[in-house]
Amino acid sequence: MPEAKKVRTLDGDPAKQEMRRLTRRSLITGGVAALAGLGGWGWLTTAGLEDGLPWPLRRMLGFNQRLGETLHSAARLAPTFPDAAVQGPARTNGLIGLASGIDAENWQLRLQHEGRAAERSLTLQELQKLPRTDLVTELKCVEGWSEVMHFGGVRFLDFVIHLGLGTRSGRVPDPEGNPQDLYRYVYLATPEEDYYVGLDMASAVHPQTVLCETMNWQPLSRQHGAPLRLYVAVKYGYKSLKRVGLIRFQDQRPPDYWAERGYDWYAGH
Amino acid sequence: MHWINAPLLTIMIWSGLLIYWANDLYAISIGGVTLFHFFPDWFYRVLGLEHGLAVGMAYHFTFMWFFAINGFCYVLYTFLSGEWRHLLPNRHTPREAWQVVLHDVGLRKAPLPRAKFNGAQRLAYTGVILMGAGSLVTALAIYKPTQLAWLTGLLGGYAWARAEHFALVIGYVLFFIVHIAQVIRAGWNNFRAMVTGYELVPVEEQSHA
Repeated sequence: MPEAKKVRTLDGDPAKQEMRRLTRRSLITGGVAALAGLGGWGWLTTAGLEDGLPWPLRRMLGFNQRLGETLHSAARLAPTFPDAAVQGPARTNGLIGLASGIDAENWQLRLQHEGRAAERSLTLQELQKLPRTDLVTELKCVEGWSEVMHFGGVRFLDFVIHLGLGTRSGRVPDPEGNPQDLYRYVYLATPEEDYYVGLDMASAVHPQTVLCETMNWQPLSRQHGAPLRLYVAVKYGYKSLKRVGLIRFQDQRPPDYWAERGYDWYAGH
Repeated sequence: MHWINAPLLTIMIWSGLLIYWANDLYAISIGGVTLFHFFPDWFYRVLGLEHGLAVGMAYHFTFMWFFAINGFCYVLYTFLSGEWRHLLPNRHTPREAWQVVLHDVGLRKAPLPRAKFNGAQRLAYTGVILMGAGSLVTALAIYKPTQLAWLTGLLGGYAWARAEHFALVIGYVLFFIVHIAQVIRAGWNNFRAMVTGYELVPVEEQSHA
């Protein structure tokens, strides 16, 4: 029996003394460990804040992001569902950036590139000439709910290719052949820039990232971000900006409304 | 490694509740009548669990590493040291576990056979390690539902995986209550053994140890 070697034969007082010694040693070790743990906890919870989080936690989110980006496959698709899986009207959640009125008739989408003065703008009619796509997938909200929804509009990938956007050289982007020519990030904001998100380029040109005009086959409601919203299937819902009025391609990591309030900047799943 | 679980699980459950608060839809109901809602408002208020989703996620996604690494080391140690022989259920376990239950509720007076872990303990301790593994698997399914879509699908989809992750936590809490009650019942010599790794036994019993 292998456990036999743990048995020690001591009798009477020596046995009691030995147990007392072992108990004392264990309790001291435990006490020191507990104090170290408490100290560590105190340090962590009072560490300086970085965008609403103690900085060590922010670093860990960054580590998780880098690990996730290393291990993940950019081409992996979120599961899709048959149209019949969509039940009822799409859930609404959050009205930030939607306070002011909108003028869908004269809607203009502003397009900018970092380091380039010239700005382009696009009307809805021009956008509607691009190839259309329909996607039925499960939106996952960071709050914990999820819902199968339909999103209809223009793939962000088709959008940048057809309009020749997002490259430093100004040439038509080729994400597979020449990914280095693409800017690293995309910044999207409401017209007044009171709500904004930042995306890494890989997620922006993912085939399931869509500039949407319809949800559940209905024109976008104001609460869903009419006349144009973003849907990013590979991110939690808080990256799917409503009422897109400005898109800027840049190399500097863009600010992000929720990341400034303690949430993970990356939010990829 | 056993003791590290106490603070780690506390932090994981606390931060998990901060996350769960944002969409607390689980309840026990029979025929449409809600018997218990997870959780009543006073529960969040008393424990200060409201409006902490962002910070809850940050703690959860930091300490998940320590929980996983600690669990992995524990399982590795158990196998390398041979301790698994005391821990895994064997063919005597079901009968023995039943005897332990009868003994504990006072229906069986005969003393239990002396062993490091009895049948009920073998089932409970092996079970809680499997629950730990289950927590990690369901966690991955809701943490990376696109990258690990096959796993999420295997668990019944995103909503089911989240419910399973939650149910396991309730399981831990129930385990913990029974565990603490049994440690108190077993007394000082047993607790001392939990701390030191050694237990005092009468000399004539040592041959069975």
